[in-house]
Amino acid sequence: MIAQLTKSERQSALVILLALAVVGLAMAAGGRHDPFGVHGAIVLLAAILGIFGVISGYYAPEPSPDRLDSYYDSPTKFGIIVAMVWAVIGMAVGDWVAWLLAYPEWTFDAAWASFGRLRPVHTSGVIFGFGGNALIATSFYVMQRTTRARLPDQLTPWFVLFGYNLFCIIAATGYLMGVTQSREYAEPEWYADIWLVIVWVTYFILYMRVLARRQEPHIYVANWYYLAFILVVAMLHIVNNLAMPISWGSAKSYSLFSGVQDAMTQWWYGHNAVAFFLTSGFLGMMYYYMPKRAGRPIYSYRMSIISFWGITFFYMWAGSHHLHYTALPQWVQSLGMTFSVMLLVPSWVSAGNALMTLNGAWHKVRDDATLRFMMVAAVFYGLTTFEGSFMAIRPVNSLSHYTDWTIGHVHAGALGWVAMITFGAIYASVPWLWKRESMYSAKLVEVHFWLALAGTVIYVFAMWNSGIIQGLMWRTYNESGTLAYSFVDSLVAMHPYYIARAVGGAFFLLGAIIGFYNILMTIRSAPSVETQNAADFPVTGPAAAPALQPGE
Amino acid sequence: MGHFERDPHTGHMTTGHEWNGITELNTPVPKVIWLFLACTVIFAIGYWILMPTWPIGRTYTKGLLGDDVRHDVAQSVKQAALDRSVWSARIEKESFADIQKDPRLMDAVRETGRALFGDNCAACHGRNAQGGKGFPNLTTSSWLWGGTPEAIFQTLTVGINSAHPDTRTSQMPAFGKDGMLPRADIDKVVAFVRSLSQPNAKDLDPTKVAAGKELFAANCASCHGENATGNTEMGAPNLTDAFWIYGGDAQSIETTLWNGRQGHMPTWENRLSELDRKILALYLVDLRKADK
Ligand code: HEC
Ligand code: HEC
Ligand code: HEM
Ligand code: HEM
Repeated sequence: MIAQLTKSERQSALVILLALAVVGLAMAAGGRHDPFGVHGAIVLLAAILGIFGVISGYYAPEPSPDRLDSYYDSPTKFGIIVAMVWAVIGMAVGDWVAWLLAYPEWTFDAAWASFGRLRPVHTSGVIFGFGGNALIATSFYVMQRTTRARLPDQLTPWFVLFGYNLFCIIAATGYLMGVTQSREYAEPEWYADIWLVIVWVTYFILYMRVLARRQEPHIYVANWYYLAFILVVAMLHIVNNLAMPISWGSAKSYSLFSGVQDAMTQWWYGHNAVAFFLTSGFLGMMYYYMPKRAGRPIYSYRMSIISFWGITFFYMWAGSHHLHYTALPQWVQSLGMTFSVMLLVPSWVSAGNALMTLNGAWHKVRDDATLRFMMVAAVFYGLTTFEGSFMAIRPVNSLSHYTDWTIGHVHAGALGWVAMITFGAIYASVPWLWKRESMYSAKLVEVHFWLALAGTVIYVFAMWNSGIIQGLMWRTYNESGTLAYSFVDSLVAMHPYYIARAVGGAFFLLGAIIGFYNILMTIRSAPSVETQNAADFPVTGPAAAPALQPGE
Repeated sequence: MGHFERDPHTGHMTTGHEWNGITELNTPVPKVIWLFLACTVIFAIGYWILMPTWPIGRTYTKGLLGDDVRHDVAQSVKQAALDRSVWSARIEKESFADIQKDPRLMDAVRETGRALFGDNCAACHGRNAQGGKGFPNLTTSSWLWGGTPEAIFQTLTVGINSAHPDTRTSQMPAFGKDGMLPRADIDKVVAFVRSLSQPNAKDLDPTKVAAGKELFAANCASCHGENATGNTEMGAPNLTDAFWIYGGDAQSIETTLWNGRQGHMPTWENRLSELDRKILALYLVDLRKADK
């Protein structure tokens, strides 16, 4: 890896790592009596490891100038493996908390093992660890191919990936120590947030630099989505995390917002995190890997345009549907509800465009589990968005809110859409990246597909049942005009569904582990010479002059 | 500039661009999508006209229906209270004895009491009110502070060893820890206490039991009563029955005597209305009856 960096990049890497080490040391010293200090030590350790890594490769020969004739894929390879590591960690913890909900006593009486601390390890582990790494890795891959430009340098992509994963580690270890801002999906404290801003802005600039170097006159749809993801997440992250630390030596901070403004800011963030992280980013992924794998043109460019702008515009207004029937003024709720209903149209246009793209390739969907992952993802995307728009209608939300129905909706999206499209994209790109003819075992991909589908269906049905039963129990009055059930009654009623969900989750997790094994075995298998760049046109990569561009 | 092609499968033209082998068709947006969009937009606009929606300066458009959630909630709470007042007003006014005589009122007590108990008391006393270690079983005839509805109502209002100024206070002294009785004597009393509820236990040493009896009369009877059947003035439990708060095996009784006990039950005066406390008191009395 270090050998791929130029001499001056190696020097820059050392400077950055030294600066990071100094910051880590200062944090460790300033926060001696606080989890802040532990995080300082982690930062210091990461920096020292990095310094050793760079020094060990420092005197390797400069990379050959030939490299500029091909795309730079090492960061993508690394990102995909890290994404799979996070997938296994995040889903294992997810299944663990699922069992905890069925058997709350399984916490070993340890603070770190309590539900409240493990749950954010799950949500951040899967969304940021798994989803985020997969998005960054595939975006590097897709941006180079669709612009026909190599990444501008070798250092920046590594900075983005390592920096991002350092953020994820600080987040997860922080939760276990009880460090949290208590803002869902934005739990990490101020110092982690500042670090993420640095990493994210670098990521954005990197993307812009690649676009500026593009050899294609037009910017492909996948890039619109990836860019929307990067840009909007930066904006959301900065605004929602405005906070004042209580001291420079403490992990704790207080938000700049309070009361209902605070709640609205958080759910404006929270909903757009769903929109631009879990939707736009993965739509970008879908727009590249699906047509590529199916060998079909995108069904309609015009539909792409209206769905992109529809999603981008409508989502921004919809956050208040998370605060129906709360202290939030009613007019804000009306806005959130109506925009959520209109949002269904561009969402379905996206899903429809994806499925219509498969017209003419349905035989491939039947035979190829990788493409089937992507197809099912598009179906679940359509299903989840329909459900979301329905749940956003206030009277419906009065039943669904606070219940497992929301959890069912979340995982229809998270398992059915986010994870499935990611697995599809990863299975497609692993052989392309490592220049293998195909995955190590097509059977295991098939097994993974069915485990994932069964797991998702079990999970989602269990939660729909549980959620609706719960919601009805909470609002059933007896003849005397009082509530018929106590809260504990509803817990008892949910117990069997919680067990079912945990079993479904175990299926899903098992699938991911098999997938990871399959990926590692593919990497270990012998490369095949003929498949060199089979997925890339023209095979010569970025240096191929614009003259080669079709139709230009 | 583009390289247009006709897709043989759909018959649509491409847009003329190509990215690493990916092309796009220039398929027009199907009419049904515009229709669908129009429907949702019309729905939204209709909703904006009818309901409060758009901010204007310091206020907002109120909507033709003049809907207001705060008002709606206040209204429905009022209505619900009115519906309930058919029976709740009577429970508030009438004496426990009168209420117990009216089967219709008792039906309301049962229905309402169950949910009230589940939401407020089950966490400690268990879903069936049968308690657990440290938390008394409320379905038995053995009461610390009396089993009449009046007594239970009072227990709920002031709590036990709670923060309430008139709280019921009780304490089982720590005979061992505080050096009031030597270990050997405690052994004997434990044997005696066990013999009260389990006279046939095989491992009881009759001489110890006899010695324990005397120690009991001297040290314990003042609170637990001469026959050890308890004293509801001091919240001292009956030791002759099968119901235990902390356990009736030798080990648990010994721990009780050595370390003492002082259970805490919160006051419900500011957390539950008088009506709710009355319902709960009646509910518990009724539960015991139903259990028999
Ligand atoms: C925080 C735990 C806790 C909660 C909640 C609680 N209790 Fe108790 N309760 C206790 C304990 C402990 C005792 C026994 C105190 C003692 O050992 O002297 C007790 C005693 C009682 C007694 C006296 C029993 C007797 O034999 O005289 C009654 C009656 C009672 N609880 C009813 C209720 C009701 C009704 C509720 C719900 C409104 C409730 N409790 C909620 C802990 C609790
Ligand atoms: C000052 C009054 C007092 C004296 C004296 C006293 N007790 Fe108690 N005892 C209590 C009270 C009050 C409780 C209930 C404590 C509670 O529930 O928290 C109790 C509880 C107990 C219990 C536990 C009952 C259960 O259900 O688990 C045992 C056993 C017991 N006492 C035995 C004795 C013995 C034996 C002696 C004499 C050595 C004795 N007590 C002396 C007041 C007294
Ligand atoms: C092995 C599979 C998984 C299992 C067993 C699982 C289990 C769980 C459980 C038990 C919860 C807590 C629910 C509650 O508090 O009631 C949860 C929450 C959540 N999970 Fe998962 N999960 C899995 C996979 C995923 C994936 C892949 C994602 C995202 C890509 C995801 C995203 C979330 C989110 C966003 C929440 C929070 C939901 C909310 O607060 O409404 N999960 N999950
Ligand atoms: C048209 C699109 C969508 C709409 C209108 C929508 C709407 C909603 C609504 C109304 C809720 C419940 C809020 C509540 O009662 O608390 C919700 C929750 C959620 N949705 Fe969606 N949804 C959409 C698509 C998606 C997609 C594609 C995902 C992807 C995974 C997703 C992930 C989530 C998550 C994670 C939550 C839980 C938030 C929380 O409470 O922690 N949604 N959504």
